[in-house]
Amino acid sequence: MEKNDLRNIIVSYFDTDAIQDNNQSPASVPAYRVPRERFAEAAKAMKSADARLVAEWAADESAFGRGFGIYACYNKESEYLIVKTYAPLEDLTFPSITKKFIAANRFERQMKSLMGVMPTGHPDLRPWIKHEDWPEDAYPLQKSFDASKPMTRIKGEYQFIKAEGEGVYEIPVGPVHAGIIEPGHFRFQAVGEDIINLEERLGYVHKGIEKRFESLSWIDGVKLAGRVSGDSAVAHSLCYSRALESITGCNPPERALWLRALMLERERTANHLGDIGAIANDAAFTFLLYQFSRLREMLLRTNLKLFGHRFMMDRIIPGGVAVGINNDAKKEIISEMHWLEKEFERLVVIYDENPSLEDRVRDTGVLKPETAKELGVVGFTARASGQAMDCRIQSPFPPYDRIIPKAPVLNSGDVHARAWVRIEEIRESIRIIREIVNNLPEDKTASDFIVPTPDKSGFAVVEGWRGEIVYWIQSGIKGEINRCMVRDPSSVNWLALEQAIHGNIVPDFPLCNKSFNQSYSGHDL
Amino acid sequence: MIRILHQIFRTGIVTEPLPAEAEAEIQELGAKLEDAVRRRFRRSLTIRAVDAGSCNGCELEIHAINNPIYNCERFGIHFTASPRFADMLLVTGPVSRNMEIALKRTYNAAPPPKLVVAVGDCGCNGGIFGESYASLGSIDKAIPVDACIHGCPPAPAAILKGILKAIIGISL
Repeated sequence: MEKNDLRNIIVSYFDTDAIQDNNQSPASVPAYRVPRERFAEAAKAMKSADARLVAEWAADESAFGRGFGIYACYNKESEYLIVKTYAPLEDLTFPSITKKFIAANRFERQMKSLMGVMPTGHPDLRPWIKHEDWPEDAYPLQKSFDASKPMTRIKGEYQFIKAEGEGVYEIPVGPVHAGIIEPGHFRFQAVGEDIINLEERLGYVHKGIEKRFESLSWIDGVKLAGRVSGDSAVAHSLCYSRALESITGCNPPERALWLRALMLERERTANHLGDIGAIANDAAFTFLLYQFSRLREMLLRTNLKLFGHRFMMDRIIPGGVAVGINNDAKKEIISEMHWLEKEFERLVVIYDENPSLEDRVRDTGVLKPETAKELGVVGFTARASGQAMDCRIQSPFPPYDRIIPKAPVLNSGDVHARAWVRIEEIRESIRIIREIVNNLPEDKTASDFIVPTPDKSGFAVVEGWRGEIVYWIQSGIKGEINRCMVRDPSSVNWLALEQAIHGNIVPDFPLCNKSFNQSYSGHDL
Repeated sequence: MIRILHQIFRTGIVTEPLPAEAEAEIQELGAKLEDAVRRRFRRSLTIRAVDAGSCNGCELEIHAINNPIYNCERFGIHFTASPRFADMLLVTGPVSRNMEIALKRTYNAAPPPKLVVAVGDCGCNGGIFGESYASLGSIDKAIPVDACIHGCPPAPAAILKGILKAIIGISL
């Protein structure tokens, strides 16, 4: 059953002031245009309806002669809704909604930094992703910006939040971290070992992905989507493809949909296996790191053998998939799952029965359920903090409408909960993979690609292994990519790490950070 | 504890020889390599990995060379947290504008002789991200590069092979 609560609220609250936007493909998500001065009112109405802010973004729509589009997407249970408004070229401002939704804080800083639209009433206008040495008037997402040229460097310094008092000191960490991980900066204010505050400063791996999309063809776009965050190659390319298909009305064959889900679950399993081992490693239990990385390696090798790529990059294409599997491959996956289940369950017992590990992971890095809800976090982070959400359940596409995943939900919100949710999810993924392989329908693997008509928008959500990934894409005046908005789960979940770290000690930070294992690249774009 | 011991014995040693092709190449250069590692690095090559803007795909495969199957430590290769101890920088790209300064600082902090190996297509030639306002492209746009390992991402065996070849390269 489709519920229309949010839609009804906007329609009844705004009456004739809310106009349905027909450029948004009706197959994807309903969109309503409201007057600019009432944009924050819509947020207030959504907040009182208990909705979550999914994403907020802007698009340069000057080519269509209507200034800049300002968009906010809300979600409640299975319903997604876009509220949009326009900022005219001569006055690129809009009312900030950050007082209603905390997640809007960084979305709006990012909109200001990269698109040059000013959120009026925003309490913190320090640039985000854009570093202080960029020219101030460089707004790369504006159409008039020449993205091919390097920018000059200016002087400037990021203003971190400071703590003062006797014995208070500051620890700067990064951007180059101690391990083999992505770069980012963490600024701790601490007394002794106790953390008073953690402030993240990201943007180091900003490579201009959203702008880059605009110079690619629709077909090449999926390759870039697969490299937004290399560990989520399947989920991102799937979400891009689904958003594109929602514009064109392209229906991939049933078999392709099932193979997509098969790859999505394999990606989830491989990443979770790596993470559980890495969490144990950060609690000095190296044994499990090596054991789990062995299992992960075997999965990646099967990926290479059956799908031609260890991370299954470029295997999902608009209209379907670029792989096919035969009966031998099916048998191989079934016996692999049998092997994996046995090996995995042995290791889970070792994880579960180890008191020194338990001592480190329990009650560490607690993200309280109410904080998780307030921030609007997604994915396993949300499920470990009492939020029952999973796009595979709430917004399913075949075969998830038939093979319904069980989403494990824990309430403790600590490192252990985030590890245990992953353990339960691996068990579920093994079951789903078996069901897919056993019931895989015979069909083609791809439908013909259809080029979008001008000025249409598509939208899709996909539950990657980190959580809900969102793509919103818009075709331009010639039917090209005018805008591709990417919202990785990490864009909201990074907020949660800052909250979860309160009350912890500095040496536990790596452990807490690993339990979230967020994407820097997916966030910085 | 008994479970852990049991699991250790059950698993045994899972480290594999490198793929035949890579193994042959290394055999061929074996004497030189052994000599080079022994002479120049005293049987221990220390690597500092730097992500200069990658999508994290290459990092995953660099992780993999540390897993028990590829087990890079058997060649005396290990990873360090500080560039001060590093003989080699293993850099993934493209070099983002926001990482350019940090990458150069890391390079300057490493003691000579420092080998720089660019990992992945983006590190070698900018890859799909290319050159733009936000990306300088290949690693050699920022710091001198001694060797490149192609692939998107390169497989763990290819990374190992690339590292070993880079060591030989500077010694010939």
